[in-house]
Amino acid sequence: MITKDISQSVVKKDHVDKVAGQLPYISDVKMEDMLYGVLYRSPIAYGKVLSIEYPILPEGYHVIGAEHIPGGNFVKILIPDQPIFANEWVNYIGEPIFMLVGKELEVLYQLLDEAQVKFEEHEATYTLDDAIEKMTDVMATHEFGESLQTIEEIGKKAYQIIEEEYETGYQEHVYLEPQGMLGIYQEDEIQVQGSMQCLYYIKNALISALACDDDEVRVIQSPTGGGFGGKEDFPSMMACHVAIAAQVVKKPVMLLFDRSEDLVVTTKRHPSKIKYKTALDRDGNILSMSTEVFLDGGANTGLSPVVLQRALLNSAGVYKIPHYHAKGYVLKTNTVPNGAFRGFGAPQSFAGLESHMGHIARIAGKDPLEYKRQYLVKQGEPTITNGRFRDPIFMEDMIEDLLKTLNYKKKKEEFARFNQQSPRFKKGIGTSLFLHGCGFTGSGERDHIKATVKLLKTKDDQVLVKISNSDMGQGIFTTLSKIVAQELGVPYEEISFPYPDTKDVPDSGPTVASRTTMIVGKLLERAARRLKEKWQSGVEQEIVEDYVHEEMIPWDEKTFSGDAYPAYSWGVNIVEVEVDSFTGNVQLEKIHASFDIGKAIDERIVKGQIDGGMAQGLAYGFMEKMTSKQGRIQQRSITDYGPPTAMDIVHIESKLYDNPYAGGPYGAKGVGELTLIGGAPAVQSAIEDALAVPFYQIPITPEIIIESLEKREGEAVD
Amino acid sequence: MIKFKLNGSVVETDAPSTVRLLDLLREEFELIGSKEGCGEGECGACSVLVDNLVQNSCLIPIGALEGTDVQTIEGYSKTPQYQVLNECYATAGGVQCGFCTPGMIIATEALLSKNPHPSEEEIREGISGNLCRCTGYNMIVDAIQLAAKKGDGLW
Repeated sequence: MITKDISQSVVKKDHVDKVAGQLPYISDVKMEDMLYGVLYRSPIAYGKVLSIEYPILPEGYHVIGAEHIPGGNFVKILIPDQPIFANEWVNYIGEPIFMLVGKELEVLYQLLDEAQVKFEEHEATYTLDDAIEKMTDVMATHEFGESLQTIEEIGKKAYQIIEEEYETGYQEHVYLEPQGMLGIYQEDEIQVQGSMQCLYYIKNALISALACDDDEVRVIQSPTGGGFGGKEDFPSMMACHVAIAAQVVKKPVMLLFDRSEDLVVTTKRHPSKIKYKTALDRDGNILSMSTEVFLDGGANTGLSPVVLQRALLNSAGVYKIPHYHAKGYVLKTNTVPNGAFRGFGAPQSFAGLESHMGHIARIAGKDPLEYKRQYLVKQGEPTITNGRFRDPIFMEDMIEDLLKTLNYKKKKEEFARFNQQSPRFKKGIGTSLFLHGCGFTGSGERDHIKATVKLLKTKDDQVLVKISNSDMGQGIFTTLSKIVAQELGVPYEEISFPYPDTKDVPDSGPTVASRTTMIVGKLLERAARRLKEKWQSGVEQEIVEDYVHEEMIPWDEKTFSGDAYPAYSWGVNIVEVEVDSFTGNVQLEKIHASFDIGKAIDERIVKGQIDGGMAQGLAYGFMEKMTSKQGRIQQRSITDYGPPTAMDIVHIESKLYDNPYAGGPYGAKGVGELTLIGGAPAVQSAIEDALAVPFYQIPITPEIIIESLEKREGEAVD
Repeated sequence: MIKFKLNGSVVETDAPSTVRLLDLLREEFELIGSKEGCGEGECGACSVLVDNLVQNSCLIPIGALEGTDVQTIEGYSKTPQYQVLNECYATAGGVQCGFCTPGMIIATEALLSKNPHPSEEEIREGISGNLCRCTGYNMIVDAIQLAAKKGDGLW
């Protein structure tokens, strides 16, 4: 099928295989002589390993531990602080200490029970609040913006200063397919297959752990049942486990998590605390704002410093705030390490800022949306790091259109009347305004990622896409094939795009940061254009295209100045809720969403991103609750945690605004993460509108609602 | 020895009666279409039809299957109803990562065979035992509405 407009939807390339259930995910793979692995995990949050007494092993069963690691005993992410097998200190409950490998899972679990490990327990830091109090283990910190001295001076002349603290909880990915990885021993190479987003992250981790050459390891992506960031950094550790084991036992070793293990030991969205200090004049106008972000990094650094960067870079949202200052920290706690999750620090920042702006608006006696609109950034204006918003911004149009469609004012009046007459059920409407910087921060694409893509045309004129990015459900098999096909003027079905294998594909970077369509897609567009120019029928041809950095205001990571992102995607969400003030239950009623993602490469695929991302974002605001007690994650099943079912979600009325970006293929910008960001703040704003009570945390669970209502009643009596 | 019908053919197994149906399907019969997402009956990725009712195969000990009629996605995919669902899920965009999809298709069949013209609410309830983390469900609901229309008479 050749579509006239690339946005026109097509049937996804992998649709038929997925519906039939015959696509082999890693847990569907069986190999001759394959063994399973199970991990002995630390039962304590912080302490020293004194002794390990392994169980007596039957024939064919093996122990794999730190002593088997040929290279460095750490998972290569940013800094070498994450052991593959902890052999001296353990830093969180669930940290792997050794692995047992053998044929029968049942036997392995029994053997795990027989192992005896003695620890010397030390005093652990369990919560972010404890860590903030101590401020002894800072994993990363950044500060930028107007000097605090200037801000203090402004504060002195202010009419009032509003100080708020905001908290966000864990969020768990709950990809439907639990993590799984298979290590395969071959004479001349170790092969790792599994569910993953970032093939070359894994490959680099393996080269470091196995102390081997580039051509001695090979990583192949299996069909991947959802990622959302959960399969960005975490799989590198599992890959090291199975690769080391496979090398020792010289057989294939499979490591599969069941759901409870997956919930308890894998990375999550960072819990955060955000402090705001905002100076207002007599009319409620903002004179200055300073923000302090604290992220709970968990026990290892992982990707946390980069998550903090994005949290801070988004901390002023879509607003032009006069005299802005931002500072942030990642703090270590003895809890499961936190990592990448769709939005990557931005959802915390937007939830906090939109909440704060809404509260200030009410203090100023204004409708939150009207108040926030006054501060919207405009094209050409500086970012908080003195970069520029260079491209057109359609936020005003998007808001105005939505208000008209909804008949917003009338609706607010209707809700007010309804609420006056209804003692129990209360209706509310809330808005969130947000953006997402597309691709890696600053010069990351140029300096760290250096993406390369390849198109191969065979003698039979078959075109193959050779990149290292994963289709994990978001649909890049289809969208990227469409881009190549459109350039070549052939039907997209004719483009071949196999699951990537590092032996066969160059490093086009990880499948993260809303970069794949925009950055990798652009490289493929260029490659396809060149292939078309050089096309010789019946001859094998190969086109390689390297990343070219767009000239911007240079990014300086030390001072946090310059253009943090090449482009921004934008969004407006409006959510209507009904709250049962007796039970605290929140029912979503209507959801409206507008987005500027440049240009949709496939409208139906984009709608899938919108609906799925919004469901996650909305649920982050009021449903999904994960907690840790004395370092132990309390939710061991999906139901304990509470992601939405079909009955919790309602139809989402969404609209796209074409705003082509010259640096993206056909004008496309990032979409995957953007769609999650506005959900929680919009739902909070709607609940506040319904109950006329401010909230200072997400998720706003029924318990929190009832507590707040009781507190208000208590205050009214006092 | 336990005897039951699997995808139209009578099968026998001498596996212990406490073995989970999901394991029997995946290990003994090498039917990989039923996926394990939780192993606790919470996600529905392992849904199969037992006597035309949707069931989580991870919760069924095979001893309970004597004399029943079990249909997995592999058997169901040979039916004309499946063809309609396949097409409608494509048109509506109801598939992303695909891990929940076979189970979701089975739940759809169970719903439509009982209620060929369900309301939106009935659809949401009908698939509420099947989790999907990618789509936010709406495009699956659309797919089922479309199937009810297109497949009129089949259910």
